[in-house]
Amino acid sequence: MKIALVGQPNCGKSTIFNHIASYKAVTSNFPGTTVSFTESKVSLHGQICNCVDLPGTYSLVSSDWAEIDTRNYLISEEIDVIVNVVDASVLGRSLELTLQLLELRKPMVLCLNMADEARRKGIFIDTEKLSKILGIPVVETIAVKGEGLNELFRKVQAIAREKNIGIIPTYSPYIEDAIYKLEEHIEINNLQEPYVSKRFLALRILEEDPYFLKKFQSQEGLMALKKKAAAQVKRKCGQEPPLAISSERHGMSLNLFEEVAEIRKAKPDIRDRIDDVLMHPIWGYVFLILIMYGFFQIVFKFGGYLEGPLLDVFNNLIKQLESSYGSQTFLSKMIEGIIQGFSGGIAIVLPYLVPFLFGLSLLEDLGYLPRVAYLMDTFMHRIGLHGKSVIPFILGYGCSVPAVMATRILETKRERIIAAMLAVLVPCSARSTVIFGLVAYYVGPNAALGIYVLNLFVIALAGKIMTKIMPEEAPGLMLEVPAYRLPSFRVLLLKTWFRLREFVYIAWPILIIGSMVLSVIEYAHWDMIINNILYPFTYALSLPKQVGVTLIFGILRKELSLIMLMQAMGTNQLSQVMSHLQMMTFTIFVVFYIPCAATIGVLWKEIGRKWTLFTIGATTGLAFFLALLFKYIWIAASAL
Amino acid sequence: MTLSLDDVEPGKIGKVRDIVGGMGVRLRLEQMGIHPGDLIRIKRKGVLRGPILVETNGTEVALGRGIASRILVEV
Repeated sequence: MKIALVGQPNCGKSTIFNHIASYKAVTSNFPGTTVSFTESKVSLHGQICNCVDLPGTYSLVSSDWAEIDTRNYLISEEIDVIVNVVDASVLGRSLELTLQLLELRKPMVLCLNMADEARRKGIFIDTEKLSKILGIPVVETIAVKGEGLNELFRKVQAIAREKNIGIIPTYSPYIEDAIYKLEEHIEINNLQEPYVSKRFLALRILEEDPYFLKKFQSQEGLMALKKKAAAQVKRKCGQEPPLAISSERHGMSLNLFEEVAEIRKAKPDIRDRIDDVLMHPIWGYVFLILIMYGFFQIVFKFGGYLEGPLLDVFNNLIKQLESSYGSQTFLSKMIEGIIQGFSGGIAIVLPYLVPFLFGLSLLEDLGYLPRVAYLMDTFMHRIGLHGKSVIPFILGYGCSVPAVMATRILETKRERIIAAMLAVLVPCSARSTVIFGLVAYYVGPNAALGIYVLNLFVIALAGKIMTKIMPEEAPGLMLEVPAYRLPSFRVLLLKTWFRLREFVYIAWPILIIGSMVLSVIEYAHWDMIINNILYPFTYALSLPKQVGVTLIFGILRKELSLIMLMQAMGTNQLSQVMSHLQMMTFTIFVVFYIPCAATIGVLWKEIGRKWTLFTIGATTGLAFFLALLFKYIWIAASAL
Repeated sequence: MTLSLDDVEPGKIGKVRDIVGGMGVRLRLEQMGIHPGDLIRIKRKGVLRGPILVETNGTEVALGRGIASRILVEV
């Protein structure tokens, strides 16, 4: 049995999914967290099912990538039950999607999630009445607390057996007439999507869904018919069919909402007062800076407190090893490599990564990010993007891979390309560990902060240049701003772990293997070859020659460049072998140069070969230029 | 009096009269719950022509000025 969770953005689909599938999909409090579908085998009261969590979509007439994915999944996969999740506090609007989903003629359950939020707003819903009108089971839930979910999935199982489908909404006679005329002439035999009805297709064609219009373009008879039908609709109600249908559906939803919901007085909400400050024209920005600065300080304090003592432990271990095995044998080199890779993870990466990911999850789940998008829109506009692209950027501080994927929430291809290229410039948590572990730890926190500020300026400038290369008016911000929600500590921990897992299971082994490979290379003196090839480059930046090889390994994982640096320099007391200037130049270079292998992979998929190659070339050039520029400015400044 | 949403003072409630512009923008706004005929409350305006925060049908939506100027409201 296959169950699909479908609903508008930010209604809690992933939260429900995680509840039954254990934590497998990232959830947060902003629209568009899920941009690709996650599938999992789950056991429902003993029955094994496939459950799929689809990206949120406002409508089945889709406009961004993530939404088109959802719609196409629904009509091309064999789904037994659709669970339509809605945010009950905005039921009036959400029912529009429900009405469209009914057209799919699949067994369906309506899940009124966030029932507590709705009641707080004074919305009391008669679920029985709603169920009767729509012809499908309706269940109230509070997914974050797990309330109602058992009941929900019992209903899902029941409907899967009964195979009942709901009542398909009827439009005005003149629209129904147009649908009927088109239905008769649609050929669906050679369509890639097997699970689609003629009525569904007729509606999409009348609504001028670009995807289906293109599919049926060649059927001239049908297109001529559509034109005629559209003209008739326009004559009857004065509107083109897409708008006529959309407003009729809106009307139906609102009427339905009024029929089943009782509106009482809402409790006063202190959250509005919070926004008076956090979205204030002046205080909003003051708090934005304070919050980011506080976040930075906490990560730095927490990590810095652990990094030194932990490094000492491993340092002593290596010293002991050298005194008992000697330092130049193959075996001791190998063991040293393993220890370096292992200690890099424990002493340098984890102390910063854990508080960093936890803090990011907290900001996401509270619902602060859409406010940041609101505050930053005016500045983003100046670099030719709009506020929504701030979300990939913020995710970029965690990891570039989801950041690039998050560009799917943007409407145009041009915006996606620009946002993806800029998002990879944002220092991800791996690069942040280099900034924290090297610059903040040895040079000082202000120098590290300086790198983040420099990074912001460079991104703004790069954005300005990119939008000059690809000029086009950004369509402007349209973003839902959800209410603040207090996240549960358990979910925060699960989410932090979910993101940390990627480091522990994938990156850390790469670090250890990488360190071992470097040991072998060093033992065989092959590192000299790489270092010699890169010498012109390291020479220009006044970096130690041994750095060359670490930069190559850094392409695999950015943390690797720092861990390897210690190995290549033969010590983890880097201050003895590198000057502050060298540390800064090295870090600036690492922050901006080639995206890591995983990011290149996802860029390739999302923005194509041409732009990926361009990104690789441009970022490397940019990194070299900035590092060189920084070096000369530093030297000039110290001469004064 | 009909104004563009862009010109309405924060705190005011208006009724959406029309959405001027291409079908794309119009449908997108309708999907997010802003239709002609709906009541719309202007909650705040961003500094330096930053976005406008509005509330319709229980949802808060941030709209860039370009888009806001295409929404005609009666106040």
